[in-house]
Amino acid sequence: MKILVCISQVPDTTSKINFIEDNKAFDNQGITYVINPNDEFGLTKSIRLQQQEQAEVVVASVGDTSADAILRKCLAIGADRAVRIDTQPQDGLYVAHQLASFAAEEAFDLIITGRESIDYNGGMVGAMLAELLQIPFVTNCINLEKKGAEIHLEREIDGGKEKLKGEFPLVIGAQKGLVEEKDLIIPNMRGIMQARQKPLTIRAAEELEVSSSTLNYEKPPAKGPVKLVDPENLDELIDLLQNEANAL
Amino acid sequence: MSVLVYIESQDQQIKKSSLEVAAYGRAVADAMNTSLIAVTFGLAYSELLSHYGVDKVCNVQTEGASYFNLSRHSATLARVASEEKAAVLIVSGSANGRYLGPAVAMKFEATYFSNVIGLPLSFAPLKVKRSCFTNKAFNYSTSHKEKVVLSLAANTYGIFEKKVNMDQRTVQYASSTSTLEVVSEEKSTQQVSIADAEIVVSGGRGLKGPENWHLIEDLAAVLGAATACSKPVSDMGWRPHSEHVGQTGKPVASNLYIAIGVSGAIQHLAGINSSKIKVVINNDPEAPFFKAADYGVVGDAFEVVPVLIEKLKTLKGN
Ligand SMILES: Cc1cc2nc3c(=O)[nH]c(=O)nc-3n(C[C@H](O)[C@H](O)[C@H](O)COP(=O)(O)OP(=O)(O)OC[C@H]3O[C@@H](n4cnc5c(N)ncnc54)[C@H](O)[C@@H]3O)c2cc1C
Repeated sequence: MKILVCISQVPDTTSKINFIEDNKAFDNQGITYVINPNDEFGLTKSIRLQQQEQAEVVVASVGDTSADAILRKCLAIGADRAVRIDTQPQDGLYVAHQLASFAAEEAFDLIITGRESIDYNGGMVGAMLAELLQIPFVTNCINLEKKGAEIHLEREIDGGKEKLKGEFPLVIGAQKGLVEEKDLIIPNMRGIMQARQKPLTIRAAEELEVSSSTLNYEKPPAKGPVKLVDPENLDELIDLLQNEANAL
Repeated sequence: MSVLVYIESQDQQIKKSSLEVAAYGRAVADAMNTSLIAVTFGLAYSELLSHYGVDKVCNVQTEGASYFNLSRHSATLARVASEEKAAVLIVSGSANGRYLGPAVAMKFEATYFSNVIGLPLSFAPLKVKRSCFTNKAFNYSTSHKEKVVLSLAANTYGIFEKKVNMDQRTVQYASSTSTLEVVSEEKSTQQVSIADAEIVVSGGRGLKGPENWHLIEDLAAVLGAATACSKPVSDMGWRPHSEHVGQTGKPVASNLYIAIGVSGAIQHLAGINSSKIKVVINNDPEAPFFKAADYGVVGDAFEVVPVLIEKLKTLKGN
């Protein structure tokens, strides 16, 4: 069994978001990059399958040299090898195309992406990759079990969950639930040492036309101060919610 | 040319998020001087859509079409979009809408934009505003393709009525060779889902333990609200994961969000920020949530919430 986990590096969740160059570019100053949390749940699941099914785990990221540190971290967590597709990610479709052209060369049984990245929030790379490779896709995936040739999956839906059954190859969009928070692997010294020996290959990107572009960014307007209500006077809160906020 | 909207229904009822998509589609069609076409799946009566500005509805009546199937739904929508010469195809920000959007965009060879806020700023080329960095910023993007698929950010546009004469036609459900099949669907016991709720009542670690969750549940019950929780609460198993909201959990875009014993960590706020009105009840006046909230009560949840429930019961009783 062979698994591809697609990794995106994103600003750490506590980052203050600012823009530069006339709001045309994201301000990298002081930003720590981490593995996109949804991708990390997927990566952890792949390491489980590596142990249970002797699966080979390959991680891939579309990005410049700044992505190497994140890929090394994935190797330290337990991935067998890493591939960086050497280009600036332009939009979701562009990234999906780059990943598809790599994935098409190796017969992956399972391809894992995060359900969405926490920076662009496109929620599209997994679905588009699946379409390009002409294989099925399950997003918001909260369970995956291999029973012989059958793959049993669960997808979180509004107000519940859906159980599905399929076969490899397939693409999933990972999120919390696929593994739990406590299952996430913090690389140890041995892992970090081993990661140095593992292959990190740089692959040239395909020349592609870009289908969309970001023009600029904007930050939401500053919020007004909170209106405090005395805990002894909750009628006032109800009145405000009813008559001022129109929310009851 | 036309504008096409995907209409999602559940138990033969059109979802509210889809009525919002219809109203939004009407405004897009007006701006483009063209007609609005809706596609329904396994819905017996679609007349309601004529009240939301839909000029023509294409109903998929094939057996089984009311069950969501990604490959069949996306292939059907892409085919109808080509037949109707759609330039813009719109889905809601529901779980199924966001699942469908990028798949349809690929089949329809269109650019896909998710989390779209407000009407497009221009049409040739198409320019949209979308939320990004989990609601911490907005991004203005433009498409280099003529056709686009938009997923509308939930509860951002509003539902507006407009009565029109509506044509109906039946369309075929696309077949699929996908190996993937849906086995079953499990609905949670909640009356209303976090995605569809007008009001969400959320509890954090300040509630001390799962045995105190009757406070959250009772308050939600009087308000007809969905219940939610912070990440540590679900990590500790006090509440199911499906209730975890925030950056790594479910997004919330309700009209009213009431947070009780939640500190308001940046990751929590990121996921609930698109709720319109935020209320916090917390005994620590320094809790960061007070900076994000519209209304706040500095007080002990165990004293404040029972009184609030009683007062609301009296109010709703009348
Ligand atoms: C990568 C990453 C992703 C994350 N994603 C999310 C996410 O998606 N969602 C999320 O929620 N968190 C997320 N977190 C966790 C987040 O940082 C906070 O730890 C978490 O939100 C805190 O939960 P809490 O507010 O319930 O608990 P606490 O921070 O412990 O706050 C409890 C609050 O209850 C108040 N309180 C105590 N007793 C009472 C009382 N009797 N009456 C009233 N108030 C009382 C306290 O004053 C305090 O403010 C994430 C963290 C990381 C690192």
